[in-house]
Amino acid sequence: MKQRPAADLSKLPTFGIGPRSPTWWGTLAFMALEGTGFALAAGAYLYLAYLSPEWPLGVPPPNHWPGTIVTLLLLASVVPNHILNRYAEACAMVPVRIGLIVMTLLGIAPLVVRWFEFPALNIYWDTNAYGSMLWVLLGLHTTHLITDVGDTLVLTVLMFTRHGYSGRRFGDVGDNVFYWDFVVATWIPIYLLIYWMPRLD
Amino acid sequence: MSSADLAHGRDLAPQRAAAQKGDLAPERDGPRDTGLDDASLERWLARTWQTVPGIIGALSSVDHKIVARRYLITAFVFLCLGGLSAVAMRIQLSGPERGLIGPDRYNQLFTMHGVTMMFLFAVPIVQATGIYLVPLMVGTRNIAFPRLNAFSFWIYLSGGLFAWVSFALDMAPDVGWFSYVPLSGPEFGPGKRSDVWAQMITYTEVSSLAVAVATIVTVLKQRAPGMSLDKIPLYVWAMLVTSFVIVFAMPAVMITSTFLILDRLVGTHIFNPAEGGDVLLFQHLFWFFGHPEVYIIFLPATGMVSSIIAAFARRPVFGYLGMVLSLISVGFLSFGLWVHHMFATGLPKLGASFFTASSMLIAIPNGLQIFCWLATLWDGRPIIRTPLLFVFGFFFTFVAGGLTGVMLASVPLDLQVHDTYFVTAHFHYVLIGGSVFPLLGATYFWFPKITGRMMSERLGRWHFWLAFIGFNAAFFPMHIVGLWGMPRRVYTYPVELGWGNINLFITAGAVVLFLSFVLFTINLVYSASRGAPAGDNPWNAGTLEWATSSPPPSYNFARIPVVTHSEPLWAERDTLPVATGLRVDVRELVISTVAEAYPDVREKSATPSIWPLFAALAVGATFLYSIFSPWAVVWGAGPIAITLIGWFWPKGDPEDEE
Amino acid sequence: MNRLVCSVCCGAACMLLLAGCSGWQSALDPKGPAAGELAWLIWFFTALCTVVWLLVMAVLILPLARRPAPVGDPLVLDAAAERGKMRIVVAALAATALILVGLTLLSYFANRTLAAIGSDAALTIRVTGHQWWWEVRYENDQPNRILTTANEIHIPAGEPVRLVVTSTDVIHSFWVPNLSGKLDLIPGHENVLDLKADKPGVYRGQCAEFCGAQHANMSTFIIAEPRPVFDAWLKDQLRPAAAPVSTEAQTGHDLFLKRPCVMCHKIGGTIAGGTVAPDLTHIASRRTLAAGTLAMSRGNLAAWIADPQGIKPGAHMPVVGLNGDELNAIVAYLEGLK
Repeated sequence: MKQRPAADLSKLPTFGIGPRSPTWWGTLAFMALEGTGFALAAGAYLYLAYLSPEWPLGVPPPNHWPGTIVTLLLLASVVPNHILNRYAEACAMVPVRIGLIVMTLLGIAPLVVRWFEFPALNIYWDTNAYGSMLWVLLGLHTTHLITDVGDTLVLTVLMFTRHGYSGRRFGDVGDNVFYWDFVVATWIPIYLLIYWMPRLD
Repeated sequence: MSSADLAHGRDLAPQRAAAQKGDLAPERDGPRDTGLDDASLERWLARTWQTVPGIIGALSSVDHKIVARRYLITAFVFLCLGGLSAVAMRIQLSGPERGLIGPDRYNQLFTMHGVTMMFLFAVPIVQATGIYLVPLMVGTRNIAFPRLNAFSFWIYLSGGLFAWVSFALDMAPDVGWFSYVPLSGPEFGPGKRSDVWAQMITYTEVSSLAVAVATIVTVLKQRAPGMSLDKIPLYVWAMLVTSFVIVFAMPAVMITSTFLILDRLVGTHIFNPAEGGDVLLFQHLFWFFGHPEVYIIFLPATGMVSSIIAAFARRPVFGYLGMVLSLISVGFLSFGLWVHHMFATGLPKLGASFFTASSMLIAIPNGLQIFCWLATLWDGRPIIRTPLLFVFGFFFTFVAGGLTGVMLASVPLDLQVHDTYFVTAHFHYVLIGGSVFPLLGATYFWFPKITGRMMSERLGRWHFWLAFIGFNAAFFPMHIVGLWGMPRRVYTYPVELGWGNINLFITAGAVVLFLSFVLFTINLVYSASRGAPAGDNPWNAGTLEWATSSPPPSYNFARIPVVTHSEPLWAERDTLPVATGLRVDVRELVISTVAEAYPDVREKSATPSIWPLFAALAVGATFLYSIFSPWAVVWGAGPIAITLIGWFWPKGDPEDEE
Repeated sequence: MNRLVCSVCCGAACMLLLAGCSGWQSALDPKGPAAGELAWLIWFFTALCTVVWLLVMAVLILPLARRPAPVGDPLVLDAAAERGKMRIVVAALAATALILVGLTLLSYFANRTLAAIGSDAALTIRVTGHQWWWEVRYENDQPNRILTTANEIHIPAGEPVRLVVTSTDVIHSFWVPNLSGKLDLIPGHENVLDLKADKPGVYRGQCAEFCGAQHANMSTFIIAEPRPVFDAWLKDQLRPAAAPVSTEAQTGHDLFLKRPCVMCHKIGGTIAGGTVAPDLTHIASRRTLAAGTLAMSRGNLAAWIADPQGIKPGAHMPVVGLNGDELNAIVAYLEGLK
């Protein structure tokens, strides 16, 4: 088929940040599917709680302090996370490097406290269905936490190499910020389900 | 909007200043396609986009067409395995009290038949068709996240091998494709059979989720300039909606299989009623996925039907907006009717009635699609070729299956036919009629594009009539024998019930259906080497995949088309408007805006890489090991992390750096 | 060729419809009010769906009979004709919606009719599913009037009966199509199924939810009898097991109590008190063995005890090592347990 030029794209930029980039949309799609997973796991917990006459099956409620500390740490991390985002949009290398180091540390800190959350549940996964669901919910979120901290760590190293000076890498930093928000946002309902729902009545 | 407007830039988004502020390496430029003559343009692009020859090159390929071809061939092999297991079952059932296959083998056979057809054939093949066609139809050079796409194939292949190797080792799952607890649970499902089921699910769902994400982003962000939402081909709409359904449905089955494997492997009690768990939770979670699954298989087929009908009726499909809205509403509604698989579990009556109503409701958008196709064909006076014959076969069988679906939606009626051969008949009418017939039509329709050769029309007609007769002979009587009381999943039945003759007839039909597929295979092999050359657009169809050569070059289009109509090749009959200004020395794509498809960014597409294969090996080994020990997750984390870093770490290609 | 194919298909379909209706275990041969309501519903839906299907096929096929139009520009469409089609499509859609609303209401009311069947049931029978047999217990306020039996459910004809169904292992489904729709037996849940047989008769049923290796051989019989016959049967069944009448049977009795049989089976009035397998107190009064797998006879009893895994592979009944004389003795004893 014969062709005729109808649009000149030569002036278009070679990278876009945020919703202009396909990676951002990919991240969003992955959040959607993982969010569905979280919602269904939480739904399963509520379903079992609703069916059972004496939820939480006669077990004392968990000690909420480690979980509360994790929650506070995660909430606090949102602020530097968004400052990092601003610098990433401006493609400013030094503040981005500092921000990434801060975010790596702010990712490791809740992971350390998370270690103490499991014993604070006061129940094992194989005791009864209530224990199983607590461990599943906490485990599911911990997997996301570990994955994102690993991702941040690799990205931090990458930004200290010559590969960092590229619009695409700054875009990756922005997507990492976006995903961390997701990790924080999914924690809140899980925190309430694990620690406060057994205290409801 | 006409192409002339686009040329003047009036309908293009105001070009934002390239972000050259900040700490960026200076942008390197390279040769552009502007003003380049066709021969040197094609030379440049071929060198940039080629899959490197050799074994390593083949294993590193990220070309969506090559990956799709592998998917299609693998899915076809699994179709044959699933079909052979069906024939084996039918021979056992051809008469009462036959001793050919014992219960243990029979139960593995029907489970492998279901699992293979659903997870290893139907979903992969509709996605594979999308991997091949969507980038061509939206006018781009590769799928979004091409390495993820390559990874998904390797994961799918290893999941399928895993399942069938376990069958060969006599440890295949044996409790049906939905593997209800407690039968599949730790107490009543000894051995590794149910673990194989659970992890096979994980493999295949990881791969189809990855493809769904790639498809969504390709459709939203990589459409050719000018292809606004109202100009997207219906097939692409169908794939988009399907991918969204996958994103929200597949996590449910992954959660289900993970819960099951946790119960089996580490002793959780999620499904154990003795310790506060519940067996019906499994069914709720499974069918929250399982019902949308049917539409995951069916919606892409509606897109194929739309493409074929438009080409042979020689007009655009009637009621484009209605078609799109019905696709979207089917996608939404498919999540609201999972409970109709559970009417016999003794749910509260009012809740069950609600699900009757919602199940009836989905017939409305599906009906709308049927009516629009009929309206398209009404005055089109279509040219009847094999693809259209299969579309007629689709109408004949799918409408019947849809109507028996309406019967199943009724709670009281369902209580008689649930879990009988009536249901087996119903879902084969819906799935074979609604999806396999369109897929066969699609094969005849797009085979020329993929191979450059036409399929034999003569063999095609024989194939159609054999398949159509064989299918109806095999499955129509199942409605009747189901009403006579024959339950699903029995390996034998007593003489006194009088089901012998009708079952013999069914088996004969199944053999005819199987023979039709033998004929189809012969046609595929023969036509791939000896078929008549097809040319770019053998059917004079209107969508973009027909604008390029058959088979398409590695870069799909020498110049990216500018789209002015939902059937661009019918609107621009003499010359095709195209975009210029892209680099030819690196893999550059046009990223466009979501709604209007204004060209927005020239982004680089990923280069070939062996790392997706390594990552798939690491992930696959972890899944395999995890059926034996929970520590697999710990041991697997290291290799997975290493392969993912290898995958994403920049190698210094211009594609990575800019 | 097409016409030939069509007539062959139609012929085959008609033959199939007329061929069978054995009625033994058929939803189309109702013998009770629930199944009657459902059979009516099935026929009504089928008729309506057939009409709709024929209409759609007519609209699909009719245009093929017309003369092909010359090939023109595919994008030039007759606006008036398109508007006309739009009206027809909208009308068809409205008709679809109306039909669906009608069918929804119909099934809602049918459901209410079914729910009313057992509202005054006097007899409650507890059916517990096991891999692969049915435990049947006639509930009674007086513990000594509770009857436990297996696989065959006697009911009084013409009276509603309430079945409370559950399971202790995997999910099963209770289904006697001539009398009613099916209902699942689910561990941890209790479901209620009310049914009624209009006339005396034997109605076959079969497990409808896949439950493992021997799902195919897990059938049950509902035996509806006139009230006096039923009462007599119940009274008879409540008696302890008959004492052995011959020396061979006496030997069998002694052997039975010495062998592992007692670990699983119960025989009322003896020390055999196992509860994981069917109660054998009146086994010889039942029509079949192994949940409908074999007809009750001396030969089949012997075959079943000698080779359960050959007859019902995977069943939980183990092979008990017996020589020929021992086997004959046990069979003679069991045969006397009327």
